Amino acid sequence: MTAVRCIDLCKTYRQGEEDIKALDHVSIDIESGDIVCLSAPSGGGKTTLLNSIGGLDRPDSGEIYIAGQRIDTLSKSGLAELRLNHIGFVFQAYNLIPVLTASENIEFVMQVQGRSRGERRDKSEEILAEVGLAGMGDRRPAEMSGGQQQRVAVARAIVSRPTLVLADEPTANLDSKTSDELMELFIRLNETHGSTFVIATHDQRVMGYARRLVKMLDGRIVDDIDQQAA
Amino acid sequence: MSTTLTVSAALAWRNLWRNHRRTLIMLSAISVGTWAMIFLTALTQGMVTDMVRQGLAVLPGHAQAHHPAFRDDPNIVNLLPIPDSELESRLVGGDFVAWSTRINVPAFVASERETRGVTLLGIDPARERDFTFVELDTIDGRFLETADDTGVVIGRKLAETLETRVGKRIVVMSQSPDNEVADRGFRVVGVFRAELPSQEEDYVFVGKATVQKLLGVPDRVTEAVVFGNDFRNPEPVLGQLEGFVSADGVTAQSWKDLDVYLSTTLAAMDGFVLVWVIVIFLALSFGLVNTLLMAVFERIREIGVMLALGVKPAAILLQIVLESMLLLGIGLLIGNLLAFASVELISDGIDISMVADGMEMMGATSRLVPDLRMQDVVLANGVVLLLGFFASLSPAWRASRYEPVEAITTVQ
Repeated sequence: MTAVRCIDLCKTYRQGEEDIKALDHVSIDIESGDIVCLSAPSGGGKTTLLNSIGGLDRPDSGEIYIAGQRIDTLSKSGLAELRLNHIGFVFQAYNLIPVLTASENIEFVMQVQGRSRGERRDKSEEILAEVGLAGMGDRRPAEMSGGQQQRVAVARAIVSRPTLVLADEPTANLDSKTSDELMELFIRLNETHGSTFVIATHDQRVMGYARRLVKMLDGRIVDDIDQQAA
Repeated sequence: MSTTLTVSAALAWRNLWRNHRRTLIMLSAISVGTWAMIFLTALTQGMVTDMVRQGLAVLPGHAQAHHPAFRDDPNIVNLLPIPDSELESRLVGGDFVAWSTRINVPAFVASERETRGVTLLGIDPARERDFTFVELDTIDGRFLETADDTGVVIGRKLAETLETRVGKRIVVMSQSPDNEVADRGFRVVGVFRAELPSQEEDYVFVGKATVQKLLGVPDRVTEAVVFGNDFRNPEPVLGQLEGFVSADGVTAQSWKDLDVYLSTTLAAMDGFVLVWVIVIFLALSFGLVNTLLMAVFERIREIGVMLALGVKPAAILLQIVLESMLLLGIGLLIGNLLAFASVELISDGIDISMVADGMEMMGATSRLVPDLRMQDVVLANGVVLLLGFFASLSPAWRASRYEPVEAITTVQ
């Protein structure tokens, strides 16, 4: 089953006097349960593609489907609904809500979804243990290391069982050991929950964990490698 | 909706205390502003209430009945067409706090040294005791005892002017219905004090039956006066009074028509309170909007994350508005408590005799007793909450309009 389908996406940014093609006729299908790395040098278009798939940015033209539903024509509110119920995000700078504890950050999405307090609590404790942070639920982000914060961010992204998890440079602020631990966590969660992971990165170590590596340059897909087959 | 409200309220509360110092400064400003609104309004209302009460106690009461021509020509010819005994028997059946019938005519009083124009009041002292402006416990001599008392009671100021005192005689001159001079010598049986010097100078009290006899109008009066429970709402007693006298062609009017200056002052005061409350709030609103804008600017990335996670823009707007409402709510609570405590502290009044002359000109006394009215409290709180809500919409709207992809990448 296809989790993500992008057809002929184009997106141009204006930077000063210059037009920059962030996406230049990009088409890609991503299967459910896959782990795909989008790799490109800075300005190559990987983040724009990731944001477009996540409904955070709109392409100038082209079509995007998530689990068969076209999303590029949805309203702001419709996109918010889609992100809430079907997509989990992991950001480079962790981006936890500083006034909430680790548990509350994890419960946040479920709370907005309207799930019961008991269910939220149970799932939060379960996922905290799964990401190796059992007993740290009461800590606020400022009281945690970068690696721990990123684990909380991953837990937040995965806890409501989204169809798709999008991670933008998730290891950029982490040391190599923590990066490896995080990627191993991604693999484990992918295997356990079956969520599809799309990771934008230019970190070679991260690319090594992906089953599929999509290379981009100047807004175009220049290579698409099935690393399992390789 | 309830989930959104719960999440937004929880976040608003936490965010409020994120920057303790800024929140406490803003809370202080709101509290002091609220205190000022309520406390100073209570003082001003106290002054106006005093002014109106003094004014009503002098003559108008809450409502009066007259001959239709009496207001334009307060002459003894314009007597009420109903016999006094009949009028009294009707008023007894009314639901009034107090009532009286009087003769109220212009007159001269003369001593061996001076002559002054005054208002001659023929009264039944038993009925007037409850609401007269005369300070009965400080009277020099005595007050009138019965309606046919043959003595005269004058004010301290008038006694000084006439160079007379208790026990001496003065002559009271007025006009009878047949346009003849009616005069008679009276012994001064009492010299009264009043809150206002003008009251001591302008009014002379004689028994009602004695004045009726002097002017040749037995069993007749010029006015009936009634008091209800609330001078701000004289309509119920006016309605009753009208019911008692209108069939005889008698005009009944409330004090608001009888003393337009006082009623205009009272109405203007309500408008003034609103303006005063709005002016203070406008000063506060700059701080409030600034605080909210700062709070929003500091959290652009966080707001972007929430939007990215699927929080709807309306929920972000709600969160910022709630933050503002919480800030205002706490500030109002503290401000209200301070104001109520301040009013309680001076509930017996403040002595402002150093500015007594100025207060006298306004018809108020030299003791300022705060009048804390619930409607003023509700108005102050309502204005702050309502305008605060509108003031917070701008920063809240701005926050809800952020594009998540841009907000997340904002460098802070």
